[in-house]
Amino acid sequence: MTQLLNTLTETPSQTAGPYVHIGCIPTFAGVTGIYPQDLGLSPIQDGAKGEQITITGSVIDGTGWTLRDAMLESWQPDAAGKFPGHPNADPAVTGFARFAADKDSGEFTLRTVKPGAVPARNGAPQAPHISLWIVARGINIGLQTRIYFQDEDNSQDPLLARIEQRPRVDTLIAKKTGPGQYRFDIRLQGDNETVFLDI
Amino acid sequence: MTDLGPLIPRNRAIHPVPYDPDYKTSVPRSPGLPLLSMESTPSEETGPRFGHSLLGALDNNLILNFTQGAAPAIGERILMHGRVLDENARPVPHTLVEIWQANAGGRYRHIKDNYLAPLDPNFGGCGRTITDENGYYEFLTIRPGAYPWPNRANDWRPMHVHISVFGHSFGQRLITQMYFEGDPLINRCPIAATIKDRSQLDRLVAPLDMSKSRPLDFLAYKFDIVLRGRRQTMFENKLDGM
Ligand SMILES: [Fe+3]
Repeated sequence: MTQLLNTLTETPSQTAGPYVHIGCIPTFAGVTGIYPQDLGLSPIQDGAKGEQITITGSVIDGTGWTLRDAMLESWQPDAAGKFPGHPNADPAVTGFARFAADKDSGEFTLRTVKPGAVPARNGAPQAPHISLWIVARGINIGLQTRIYFQDEDNSQDPLLARIEQRPRVDTLIAKKTGPGQYRFDIRLQGDNETVFLDI
Repeated sequence: MTDLGPLIPRNRAIHPVPYDPDYKTSVPRSPGLPLLSMESTPSEETGPRFGHSLLGALDNNLILNFTQGAAPAIGERILMHGRVLDENARPVPHTLVEIWQANAGGRYRHIKDNYLAPLDPNFGGCGRTITDENGYYEFLTIRPGAYPWPNRANDWRPMHVHISVFGHSFGQRLITQMYFEGDPLINRCPIAATIKDRSQLDRLVAPLDMSKSRPLDFLAYKFDIVLRGRRQTMFENKLDGM
């Protein structure tokens, strides 16, 4: 025997299920009157500094079918790379958004400002990115990934550098489709499977 | 602001397997390739914070919040309570906890739920609260009913409450489910069975807690939640000052 560590173990995850919208975005789910509005409607407020961008995409399963019931959350710093709570952070950037796949088309939309670069713990520069978390029925533990941008220099990013199969880097890069417009599709499985993170 | 180190890496062995043929929807929705593992960065170590001003007076009372107090929901009245802690056994104060559940008959207020059980006109099915300075939270609700779901021909979900917790870091984000002590459907549920270590599944089964039950009013169930912790490394802290 040894001494006890006296540490705890994380609570196991369970799928968010088909009705996650009732709990997290009830107004979207048609359950109105409990909260004034859904949480995380926008990661920015009026006057947020930086380039306003729109990211659209969908979550696609291993058969090529687009999920209609996925819920996503994003977290990002302001245009200068400062997270909320930092003394110099832009007060008009809350950084957090919740959004769902459209129940008919499966498309999601995130309107925000383009994030600035944030250094990693060791000070190494990371390319600008938005953290993403995806839950749905059939996903037993929420999937973490990142959105990088096609029109940024991603060549020195330490996370992207760790992807051994270089063509897979492309799955984390939002494609520019117009001024301030990006496309980011998430493939859960199969051809061009998105790189998911354990971080 | 804080002297905390990186997030403790997730022990994926305690979590459900992503791919489980008995939970059919997981088959096309589980990644087939390994996850990319890396030490956390500020992107995962920071996270959204929500203040108590977010909350309405009835937000954690699912018996009354849908009618804003006009009429109570139907069902067995229960108090669901516990603490949010981290792996270092420290409370996680001031963090948002959200729950959702079926009504007493096992029906959700959702366009896609067409189960035979009726909707309760007085029950919405969601609630939220923010833990106090000791990480404590509580909800007053009704015991949700078990319900059938399309998976294998005769699969039923045990009574359960869905729970979403934020913690203080985006990398701590967790959604799970609370089950109820003594429910025979737990052992037959393919979703519960995605957790392969029985001792880990048992951690999702809330015991009856008579010490918090109020006579002539409600039974209590205790459900503690543990989020990922952060590494305490005094040497690194002195170097980084992070
Ligand atoms: Fe459920």
